[in-house]
Amino acid sequence: MIEPLQPVIVGAGPAGIRAAERLVRAGLRPIVLDEGLRAGGQIYRRPLIDDGRSYRSRYGSEAGKARRLHEAFEALLPAIDYRPETLVWNVSAAERGNQLDVLLAGVHRQIGFSQLILCTGATDRVLPFPGWTTPGVYTLGASQVALKAQGCTIGDRIVFMGSGPLLYLVAWQYMKAGACVEAVLDTAPITSKRHLLSLAIHAPRIVGLGVFYGLQLQLAGVKIRNGVRPEAVLGTGQVEGLRFRRRASKGEVVETVSCDALAYGFALRPETQLADLAGCRFCFDERDRVWLPERDAMGRTSRANVYVAGDGSGIAGADAAEVSGELAAAALLEDAGKASADGARLVAAREAILRQRDILERAFPFPVDWFETVPDETTLCRCEEITIAEGRRAIASGSISEINRLKALSRVGMGRCQGRMCSAAATELLSGLCGVSPGEVGRLRAQAPVKPIPLGFGAAVEAEARS
Amino acid sequence: MSWRISVDVAIIGGGLVGSSAALAMRKAGLSVALIDRGYCGAQASGVNYGGVRRQGRAPEQLPLSQRAHGIWPQLKAMVGIDAEYMRSGHLKLARTEKDFAKLEAYAETVRDYGLGLELVAGSALAHRFPWLSAQAVGASLCPDDGHANPRLVAPAFARAAERAGAMVLEQTPVRDVAATGNGFEILAGDGIEIRCQQLVNSAGAWSDRFAANFNEPVPLTRIYPSMVVTEPLPLRLPVSMGEQGGSFYGRQVARGNYVMGGGRGLPLGDPDYSRPSVTAASSVMQRAITLFPHLAEAQVIRFWSGTEAEMPDGNPVIGPSETTSGLFHAFGFCGAGFQTAPAVGEVLAELVTEGRSTTPIDAFSIGRFRKVAAETAASL
Repeated sequence: MIEPLQPVIVGAGPAGIRAAERLVRAGLRPIVLDEGLRAGGQIYRRPLIDDGRSYRSRYGSEAGKARRLHEAFEALLPAIDYRPETLVWNVSAAERGNQLDVLLAGVHRQIGFSQLILCTGATDRVLPFPGWTTPGVYTLGASQVALKAQGCTIGDRIVFMGSGPLLYLVAWQYMKAGACVEAVLDTAPITSKRHLLSLAIHAPRIVGLGVFYGLQLQLAGVKIRNGVRPEAVLGTGQVEGLRFRRRASKGEVVETVSCDALAYGFALRPETQLADLAGCRFCFDERDRVWLPERDAMGRTSRANVYVAGDGSGIAGADAAEVSGELAAAALLEDAGKASADGARLVAAREAILRQRDILERAFPFPVDWFETVPDETTLCRCEEITIAEGRRAIASGSISEINRLKALSRVGMGRCQGRMCSAAATELLSGLCGVSPGEVGRLRAQAPVKPIPLGFGAAVEAEARS
Repeated sequence: MSWRISVDVAIIGGGLVGSSAALAMRKAGLSVALIDRGYCGAQASGVNYGGVRRQGRAPEQLPLSQRAHGIWPQLKAMVGIDAEYMRSGHLKLARTEKDFAKLEAYAETVRDYGLGLELVAGSALAHRFPWLSAQAVGASLCPDDGHANPRLVAPAFARAAERAGAMVLEQTPVRDVAATGNGFEILAGDGIEIRCQQLVNSAGAWSDRFAANFNEPVPLTRIYPSMVVTEPLPLRLPVSMGEQGGSFYGRQVARGNYVMGGGRGLPLGDPDYSRPSVTAASSVMQRAITLFPHLAEAQVIRFWSGTEAEMPDGNPVIGPSETTSGLFHAFGFCGAGFQTAPAVGEVLAELVTEGRSTTPIDAFSIGRFRKVAAETAASL
């Protein structure tokens, strides 16, 4: 007998958990695939071994939300088919519609689905600068994970750099944890922060927290600089400091700060490869300068029975992820003939958060002029060890104006990360050289496996939900 | 954008065949327009395995293949890069006595073509190829065969043709093409009109449409390779490998990645696009570990596929049209055109300038399908 296929949710962060909750409430038993060891996702990531810290000390101002989400998940567990440590690396065609290829404890399994909700989240968005691959340089997100889940810091004397709300939050969290924060280097000009005034009307709590973090850092004597561009990481085998420029009233000032670790990032980038492999249509998002799966207000993609939610469908943060997870599940149920009563309310709630997000992006803007000052010998693609100069040469000699062409001719984005880390930079470099908007150089096509898988995995293929 | 171009030769399809033909024709002093619906070398020429192999080809292909063999070492001088071409040797394994007998028979058949095949059997195999862990009965080595980076070769030919004065029109799909009595008229891209005296159809998997346009239907089908690539690893595999009767082939590129293939990918809803098959990839991965146990812990970082054209008899179509004067076809290389393509480009230049090829191509005449096409038509 063939068992009926179940809805599958990929990801167990705020979006995945709320989507599962909604499906369970409607009497379904979804399969929830989680790459992590414990549900919670990134922002509400839980420690692997309980270290005795309270929710308050781990999640700060978001402790209440974290606790509610974790408790909601624990309550769901008996009603869902939860599979942690499961890497979904492909969506492939099968006789009975599409299926997922997953890797669980080194074994390849194929899982069929009736409907798919992709809650694949995001990673830090990084850009290259001289020394960015030096040991001791981390992303902001990674430095936060170290603190939250492993209970350790990335160094003793740390510099935080970049643009985005995470910059001040993580610096403050490190300070509270007892680390020495040497400096917070904001790449955005101080004038961009005026946008926070208009945000304060709509979201006083967010702005209040931001101001609070900034003030506390300042009171503690942490060096805070705006309009920063890094010149070089000091030290070769290990970070020993950072030299940077910044705009000041007297013109440009060069400063050096000593540290043993550096965390940086420029907001987040969505993980969209599975939506791509599922055949979803994409559109370019001008604000975030990235391609996103096309979606309606509830999270329906261009593919029937494939839904997206959370930061993987566009960066909007954890609160929006919870709402959009619920929305995607509501859309799934609606499409299955079970209309929802609160769809409009949820759509409105998500849109309100998106509007705040627009303002936040203006207060923490992406450094669009980044490549004007980064030296040619800087590594562009660290997997394939391609420098910016090599990228520029390939673009010029091959008359390249398209990102997949750049990959084919220069290897940028062809390595272990498959462009997940370097494609933002490659897109900016290419579009800058071509004098076009980043949307016009095309989208790096996803290929399976979306993350590396061991060659020896294929020995045992288990087909599930089959006969 | 609306403009008119008048050239001696227009080439539809900027794969390795079309790109190398454009360069060869420029060298012969002809004005050339090279037209591609996407980017030159982005289809079969760019997504193939990268084998530069003569061993295993049908004898009728070997004169062409030998001609190409002389071209490959000159890439640097011809197009500015060597495209990672190396004469690593091509080793074909036989897993059974029966398969080894086939390798022996092949070596006998092609003895006069100068491939220099070396048959190795039994215990000599382990002695000769100590890095090989597989249990094999024997193998056939073609020492001067090798491999190159397919992503680089055709674009380099197209750019070289452009530098030599060819007009390269990328992202320019041909919308209409017709014979005018004293040449051809092509409508392409956004209002580009191209008039030419002679026309080359080297549109790969899309060539059948153009052939049919000139009343020469061909039984072309599409095939999709299924490729697997590992992360870069220490250099250890010195040859490009294949298997008699098997569906595994593999090489290690200069960067250290193992590039391996076998089986077929699957077309997507739009058959211009395809995906590697997980079943094919899994079997390639399993075979790879049997052959190279040191790869068991290696990571696979990428699959890929593409679109190639296949003809029912395994041979390409190369030569003049039988319906239309001034039209030449070169397509349908059945997943094995990478090595021969640069020679096909030269042959096409000979055909348009002198009306004949110095390399025998009779076996590749489009006329061989005329009977098939007529029968098919009659049965409808």
